[in-house]
Amino acid sequence: MQAAATTAPDWPEQLYALLRQNGVTQFAYVPDAGHRVLIDKSLADPEVHSIPLTTEEEGVALVAGADLGGARGVLLMQSSGVGNCINFLSLVKGGRFPFLTLISMRGDFGEGNPWQFPMGQAVEPVLEAMGVICLRVERPEEVVPTVSAALTMVFKSGQAVAVLLTQKLIGAKAF
Amino acid sequence: MDKTEAAARRAAAVAAPGYVLDRREAVPKLIGRHEDFLFVGGLAGSARDLAQLTGDGPSAYLLGGVMGAACSMGLGLALARPDKRVLVLTGDGELLMNLGALATIAVMNPPNLAIVCVDNGHYGETGWQQSHTARGVDLERIAAGAGIKATRTIADASELEEGSRFIRQGNGTCFVLLRVAPTEPPAYKRNLDPASCRERFRAALLGNS
Repeated sequence: MQAAATTAPDWPEQLYALLRQNGVTQFAYVPDAGHRVLIDKSLADPEVHSIPLTTEEEGVALVAGADLGGARGVLLMQSSGVGNCINFLSLVKGGRFPFLTLISMRGDFGEGNPWQFPMGQAVEPVLEAMGVICLRVERPEEVVPTVSAALTMVFKSGQAVAVLLTQKLIGAKAF
Repeated sequence: MDKTEAAARRAAAVAAPGYVLDRREAVPKLIGRHEDFLFVGGLAGSARDLAQLTGDGPSAYLLGGVMGAACSMGLGLALARPDKRVLVLTGDGELLMNLGALATIAVMNPPNLAIVCVDNGHYGETGWQQSHTARGVDLERIAAGAGIKATRTIADASELEEGSRFIRQGNGTCFVLLRVAPTEPPAYKRNLDPASCRERFRAALLGNS
């Protein structure tokens, strides 16, 4: 991340508030710089479960289990984690589980690490092949409206939706 | 079962001398009153054990694919419903596919979660090939090493009654390795539609919300 400390964006704070207002109580993640604020806020919030995963696929099954119990979860991951989730998305698609994931993108706009491109560029076709709708966000003012739309699609209409926080939005990591 | 499969199963039994319990008796005896739990069942044998036990009832969500998902799904359910006891019944093959889930569960340590791994040392569904546990991998030690404090291995019928109490303790997540002979699970024809099983589970637990 290249964001200067003096101009930290305020959308991550608003995003956390939006998820909480919509009843999300399970925050599952593999640690990632792009989701740092959401992860830290979930750790500090005594009313939610902040769940560190060893691999992203655990999170797909976890939020489906939360749904069985009537709770709402979100999976926070980096684009590389999408590849770890593919077969478990069979559960979401076949079981028609509501599924919300926020993905911080790599291998995208301005990426300086060539290792990130194969999975980064495959995120959308792979998710779409497994029935997950992808919504891209490129500007700070689009974050809250896009995630708000996704929450409706997921928890009112029972869909699987990935919000892609692109490198235009979060900046490319310097190498 | 054809002759090749029967021969493979006989060979499996010979190769696994420490595995003597019959799962069709040991699993119901260990679980006891099934109404005490919400269940997540791993695919194949453990799903059939639970289908037989619950009459394919709405208190059990039984996987038919997504191998390796059962423990994590049980964690999400246990965190969502601290008022209910959740039991994950999985197999050695299924658990081996996602050992990291044990680390995540140990970190969260929900007191209402029990994980029971029915370890027959084999991949029964695919032709009785040996699994890693028959070749020395000890899943109870892995669970303990991951940080789950209450763990035990049950390999003898005399230990089942105490095991039944153990999985009802509320001090933290518990893990039981149930060592069984490589014999057939119950032949139960269960509902394999994952969406209708989700709906019936939620309707029974939550009402029509």
